[in-house]
Amino acid sequence: MFIKRVSPTLFRSLGIFLPLITTNCAILAVALFQTNKGYGFVQSIVFASGAGVGFTLALVLMAGLREKLELTQTPEIVKGTALTLILAGLLSICFMGFAGLFG
Amino acid sequence: MTKFAKTLTIHSSPHIGSASSVDSIMFNVVLALLPVCAFGVYAFGLAALLVLMTALLSCVGTEHLLCRLGGRATTVSDWSVVITGLLYGLILPPSLPLWMVAAGGVIAVGFGKFLFGGLGYNAFNPALVGRAILQAAFPAAMTTWPESPTSQFSSLHSSTLAWPFTKPQYDGVSGATPLSNWKFDQASTDAADLFMGTVAGSTGETCALLILLGGVYLVARRVMSWRIPVAILTTVALCSGVLHLIDPNRYAGPFFMLFSGGLMLGADLWPTVPRVDGHDVTTRWFLHAGGHVRDDRQFNRRVWNSLAVGDLGRTLLATDCIHRSDRIDGSIG
Repeated sequence: MFIKRVSPTLFRSLGIFLPLITTNCAILAVALFQTNKGYGFVQSIVFASGAGVGFTLALVLMAGLREKLELTQTPEIVKGTALTLILAGLLSICFMGFAGLFG
Repeated sequence: MTKFAKTLTIHSSPHIGSASSVDSIMFNVVLALLPVCAFGVYAFGLAALLVLMTALLSCVGTEHLLCRLGGRATTVSDWSVVITGLLYGLILPPSLPLWMVAAGGVIAVGFGKFLFGGLGYNAFNPALVGRAILQAAFPAAMTTWPESPTSQFSSLHSSTLAWPFTKPQYDGVSGATPLSNWKFDQASTDAADLFMGTVAGSTGETCALLILLGGVYLVARRVMSWRIPVAILTTVALCSGVLHLIDPNRYAGPFFMLFSGGLMLGADLWPTVPRVDGHDVTTRWFLHAGGHVRDDRQFNRRVWNSLAVGDLGRTLLATDCIHRSDRIDGSIG
């Protein structure tokens, strides 16, 4: 979005790759975490699958909510991306409720 | 030519009306909440009364103001925001500074309800949103539970009237909730105490008996389906019972688990928000299953963790999952 605003030509040339780049960052994060914590082989497999499941869950939840929001009569001020960002924040607070589980 | 009187009225759905309106459903829930509020004030004194009133006023005021600013008629007269205000006040610690209560109330109604489009369009329960945001912003204040002082009706806690944006000072004795007692000290609390509410906790969550009665009232008035609380409570009882049999020292018994913390409020008075209950069969099944999952989580949480916000995190998530399950049902048939 920022790139779209600042440099439309760059946005057009990157095209489909922008969301893919973002997902790649998430994957790189998993790899770096594993290296940092010094996981063994089995631990890494479990960690990576768990990260995948978690990512899927987050995407599914977010998508479900956004679908519903398309049909609601939200105020003009937050229509579109603004509400999505607020929603992402609220979702992350939801997950904060699980902090300390199994710990 | 004779003129025919217009005998056909054409309009779109809904075509079948029901006797109950939004107002009456919401009002019934408010009635169910009143005994719990009264007990909270009785147990925790003047400070709790102020917290409840501030919560109610901030929520109602925000809704009224935002309606006005949006140029619409005020929607305070359907009682939904009263429920939000009361519930929000009930899940706060009684000694919370009033400025925090008010700020949370504004955020709860503004972010949790208005930005999504108003009644029925909100993705999350607004009271829980307020509580969750307060927990994230002021974790220390939100986890300080006062003991009931002897002069509870004539004095306030030192933290209640703290100046806005200052850190509250806690002069009095602050106790621990039964759950944190168990988690950290392995100290169990008598089940009778838990049931009748003579323990520390949030303003509304201590008296299990009154909450149960409120839930029974709502079921009797057909406002909520009995399956929801029964599913949640039996799952918690089963899971904790099984684990308690395995290792009584590490896992508290089912009665302790059932009556401590926010479970009762969560089972009886949260999921009954009617918009949740009005969904179709698949969604309801999922909610009950989700309630089971929620209980496992809740139960795990009680075993290993004492973060008080766990219940509400789960309710928020369960509400969230409903949106997904609606989609699944829609795509099948």
